[in-house]
Amino acid sequence: MTAVFKDHDADNKVSAKWWASRIAIYGALIAWTIICLFPIYWTLTTSFKMAPDVMRGNMVPWWDYTPNWRGWESLGLSPRLIGEVSTVREEFLKRFWNSTIISVSASLLAVVLGSLAAYGLSRFNYRFGFMRNSDISFFFLSQLILPPVVLALPFLVLYRSLDLLDSRIGLILLYTLTVLPIVVWIMRDQFQGIPVELEEAALVDGLGIWGSFVQIVLPIALPGMVAAFILSLVLCWNEYFFAALLTSTDAKTLPVMVASQTGSQGINWWSMAALSSAAILPLVIVAIFLEKYIIKGMAAGAVK
Amino acid sequence: MSTEGDLLHTVTADDISEGRKRLGKTMVWGTAGLCIALAIWQAAFEAGRVEMGFGNWRPILYAYLLWATALCVAQVMVHGEKGKRTLFVLPAALFVISLVIFPLLFALYISFTDWNLASVNGPQPNGWDNMRQMWNDAFYWNALKNMVYYVLAVSVEYVIAFGLALLLNAQIRARKFFRVVFLLPLMLSPVAVSWMIGKSMLEVRFGPISRVVRELGFEPSFFGNPEIARFMIMAMDAWTFIPFMMIMLLAGLQALPREIIEASKVDGASGWQSFKEVIFPLMLPVSVTAIVIRVIFKLKLADIIINVTSGGPGGATDSVTSFIFREYRDRSNVGYGTLLAIVYLVLIIIFVTLMLKLVSRWMERPA
Repeated sequence: MTAVFKDHDADNKVSAKWWASRIAIYGALIAWTIICLFPIYWTLTTSFKMAPDVMRGNMVPWWDYTPNWRGWESLGLSPRLIGEVSTVREEFLKRFWNSTIISVSASLLAVVLGSLAAYGLSRFNYRFGFMRNSDISFFFLSQLILPPVVLALPFLVLYRSLDLLDSRIGLILLYTLTVLPIVVWIMRDQFQGIPVELEEAALVDGLGIWGSFVQIVLPIALPGMVAAFILSLVLCWNEYFFAALLTSTDAKTLPVMVASQTGSQGINWWSMAALSSAAILPLVIVAIFLEKYIIKGMAAGAVK
Repeated sequence: MSTEGDLLHTVTADDISEGRKRLGKTMVWGTAGLCIALAIWQAAFEAGRVEMGFGNWRPILYAYLLWATALCVAQVMVHGEKGKRTLFVLPAALFVISLVIFPLLFALYISFTDWNLASVNGPQPNGWDNMRQMWNDAFYWNALKNMVYYVLAVSVEYVIAFGLALLLNAQIRARKFFRVVFLLPLMLSPVAVSWMIGKSMLEVRFGPISRVVRELGFEPSFFGNPEIARFMIMAMDAWTFIPFMMIMLLAGLQALPREIIEASKVDGASGWQSFKEVIFPLMLPVSVTAIVIRVIFKLKLADIIINVTSGGPGGATDSVTSFIFREYRDRSNVGYGTLLAIVYLVLIIIFVTLMLKLVSRWMERPA
C-alpha cells in the first residue's frame, strides 16, 4: 500500500494514516509488554532492596536506591554466603531439587505413556468392550475436566494407607495423571500429521510395528514430544494444590515453600521477593530459550 | 473428533500354540488372585481377625503392579501381533483407570460418611446428612455463584487475547521479542504470582499500584470490597492465562489462507470489514477450542485465591476448589468436603457437556 508518487495530497494522506496505525500498534504492544514485564521487574528489584527502599517506593536500582544482597542472603544465596554452610540454602535447594525431580519425571512418564497411546489411537482400530477409538480418545481427553479437588481427598487416604504420603513418587503419579490428557492431545495431532506410507515402507522392509514406531516415527515426532514435555514441565513445576495437601516435610515442592512463607512470618519483603524470583527464574529461562516449542505445543490442538 | 483408526492395516498370520495361550492366561489370573488374596488378608489384619500382616498396603500395590505388567505381557502372549497393537494403548489406559476410577469410587463412598480426620471413630456412613448440610450451606452456593462470574470473565480475556494475537500477527518488527514477553506470565506459578502481584504490588501501603491509585486521588483498598476483590482475582488469573489463549488464536491466525484476506482487500473491504466478515468467521473453530479449554482450566481456579484472599472478604472471592480446600485444611472435614467435590464434578460434567453440545450445534448452523 505504499504510495509510489508523493506529489499528490491523497498519497500523503495515506502515509499519515499508515503512521497512525504504526503508532497505535506499537503503542499497544509496548503497553502490554509493560503489563507483562513490570511484575517480574518489580519482584527481581525488590529482592535487592532494603525495607526503607520498599517503603519509599524506589524503583530503579543505582538511581534511587543501592542494591544489596539482603534478600538473597536470607536464602543463603549471596556472594558472601555462598561458600559457607547455610541451613536456609539447604532447605531451599532441597525444595528446588524436589520440584525438579518431580516435574521432570512426571513429564517424562506422561510423554512416554501419552505418546504410545496417541500413536496407537491414530493408527489402529481398537475395540475394548463398547469403546471404539473415538471413545478411548475421549476417555483420555475427558480427564482434563476432572477438578483436582475430587481426587485430592481420596488420594490423601489412599496414599496414607500405601505409605506414599509426603513422597515424591506419589506426587509424580498424580502429576502424570493431570498432564496426560494434554500430552495425548498434542501427540495425537503430531502422529496424524505423519504419513502412514513411511511405516508401511518400514513394515515391507521387515520391521515390526514397534520397530517402525521406534526407528521411523519417533525421530520424526521428536519436536512434538519436546513440546509436550515442556508444556507438562511448566504445569507440573507450578502445581500447588496437590503438593499443598499431600506433602509435609520431605517432598515439599517450591510453590508450597513460597506459599508457606507468606503465611508464617508476615511479609518479609526482600526474602519473599528473592524466593519468588528463584521460583520463577527456571521457567522464565525455559520460556526465553524454548519458546518455539511451547508455542508449537499449544498451537497443536488449536489448528486442525 | 478424530478419524477412526486402522490407517496402518496389517495382516499377520500368527501361529500361537495352545500352551502359550494357557501360560499367558495363567499369569494374568495368577497375579490377579495374588493381589486379591493379599488385599483380603491385609483387610482382615486391619480388622483384627488375623495376627500377621503388613505395616501398610504397599505390598498390595506391588502385587497390583505385577498384575498390570502380567496383563500387558499376556496381551502379546495370547494375541500375538494384535496384542502388540493393544500394548500401545493399554499402559496409559491402565494408568488412568487405576488412578481415576478407583479413587472416584472411593470418593463416592466417603462422601456419604461423616468422616472427620480429627475424630477417632473413622468413617461412619450417615446417609443424606451431608447432602442436607450442603443444601443449607450458603457459602458453597456462594462459591458456585462466584464460579459463574469467574467463567464469564473468560469472555473479556478472550477479547484481549484476540486483540493481542492480531497485534502479533500484524506486520511488526521484533515479533519474536514480543511473543516471548507476552508468553512469560504463563510460565509463572500462580503461587508466585499471588505473592508478586496480590501481596506485594497491591499492598495497600507500599505497593506500586496502590501508589498510583493514591496519586489519582483514591484510597487504595483492593481486598476489602467484595466486588473489587473479585475483580482483582479475575485480573490476576487473566494476567497469567491470557497468553494461553493468545498463542492458540495466533496459531489460528497464521494458518488462515492468505488469499482470502487479500481477495477481500482487493474487493475494497476496510480493515474492520475484513476482520468482521472474513477473519472472525474463519477463526470461529479455533476461538471455540481456545475458549472451551480456557473454561475448563478456569473451573480449577484455586491457587491464587487460596494464597491471596483465602476466600475473603466474607467468601466473596471463593471458588469451589478453594472453599473445599479450606473445608479440608482447617476443619479436616473429609466426608463433607468430598461430597461437595463430587457435586461439583457432576455440575462440571453437565455444564461442559451442554457447552460442547451447544457449540457443535451452533457451529453446524449455516452462518
